[in-house]
Amino acid sequence: MFPARYWREMPQRYRLEAGKCKRCGKVCFPPRLVCPKCGNRTFDTVRLADEGVLKTYTVIRVAPSQFTGQSPYAVGIVELDGGVLITTQVVDILLDEIKLGQRVRVEFRRVQEDGSAGIICYGYKCVPAA
Amino acid sequence: MAGIVGYGAYVPVHRIKVEEIAKVWGADAESYKKGLALVEKSVPSLDQDTITMSVEAARNALKRAKIDPSLIEATYVGSESHPYAVKPSGTVVSEAVGTSRNTHCADFEFACKAGSEAMFVCVGLVNGDTVKYGLAIGADTSQGAPGDALEYSAAAGAAAFVFGKEDGVAKVVATHTFMTDTPDFWRREYEYYPRHGGRFTGEEAYFRHVATASKQMMEKVKMKPQDFKFAVFHQPNGKFPMKVGEMLGFKREQIEAGWLAPILGNTYSGSSPMGLTAILDVARPGDMILMTSYGSGAGSDSFVYEVTKKIDEVRDVAPKTRQQLDKKRYVEYGVYAKFRGKIRMAD
Ligand SMILES: [Zn+2]
Repeated sequence: MFPARYWREMPQRYRLEAGKCKRCGKVCFPPRLVCPKCGNRTFDTVRLADEGVLKTYTVIRVAPSQFTGQSPYAVGIVELDGGVLITTQVVDILLDEIKLGQRVRVEFRRVQEDGSAGIICYGYKCVPAA
Repeated sequence: MAGIVGYGAYVPVHRIKVEEIAKVWGADAESYKKGLALVEKSVPSLDQDTITMSVEAARNALKRAKIDPSLIEATYVGSESHPYAVKPSGTVVSEAVGTSRNTHCADFEFACKAGSEAMFVCVGLVNGDTVKYGLAIGADTSQGAPGDALEYSAAAGAAAFVFGKEDGVAKVVATHTFMTDTPDFWRREYEYYPRHGGRFTGEEAYFRHVATASKQMMEKVKMKPQDFKFAVFHQPNGKFPMKVGEMLGFKREQIEAGWLAPILGNTYSGSSPMGLTAILDVARPGDMILMTSYGSGAGSDSFVYEVTKKIDEVRDVAPKTRQQLDKKRYVEYGVYAKFRGKIRMAD
């Protein structure tokens, strides 16, 4: 990943910062320029909850090159408390132990790195809660 | 006077047993377990490093501190395993936890003493009214060379503390330090694994510095071992902290609460700071705590804390250190070697 793109996405990747529409209140994650619900262009910055429920997941067995060392791994859709859905890796759990509806917690992890000489990209992943 | 306003630890979920490592190298597990007083150690997974663990420990500390992170004006990460050779760990941690953009940020390095250094400097800056709140972190994902005695103990973990000019959960009664130039353990640039002086790492290195710093500290505050409810010393293995405690006149019961090495291993810069978090998890208002770190090279930082009644309000707000230690998943040596990057991969 190019340093500039990674840098631009830091607020959402590091702190789960979302945009809350000033007109209709819809929370967009990742943040958007235009509210998909009402077309408004002004947002407040809000931070999403750091816990939620795993709604669905899939197991990636043939991974893109920068993730091959991690495969097989689970990518799920998590509904964070407050209702926003995020797509995220689910880690620190055996693949056959993952259960739909289980509580998960957001943790800060390495997401990918640009070889051994490039930048390390950090972001969120989910782990089993408690 | 400065106090610890919030504290937190982070322990990765994976563990490897001494037996599993010994099996690979044809070593006698029982003699390692006995010699090191250690049965297993924590293992970071592929997506964990000093930065990720620092962020998690800092988030736990901030939950307990109950302050707006933007009030943090100093962010220091002490480690000997910073992920980048050039580029600070502290900037990532600072952005991830949302400190002030005017936070003074630096990475510290002094073998296993880097975490307590960060704490020492934060205490000074708070006491001198330079910063309102300071975040000090000790974290490491250190490696021992395969088959070396260090491989049985080199572990991963982090501890974070928010210091402020209020009593917080524990007042910082005094700080003290002692150092000499002692080449007991080192790693040269571009070398992957550290080297050590074998038995030389004992008497003239660990024991001399920890004992001297602790003794001088007790003279400074006019206290004796029996005046402390708890003591925590750097834990390169399970044996050394108990031995130095006994040398100084402490009893086993005073050391046990913060004695994590037997089931955690040596978390280097995180070691005595993590022990302190485990002590704060069980301490009562009024308890006095002595903490003395050790970093090869060599030096020790010593701290005396007095626990306040605020501890009861915050200890359950974030995961306790021993709770995290209880949550574990064992890995075999092959997986451990993969997690630790010990396997040569194709480009
Ligand atoms: Zn809208």
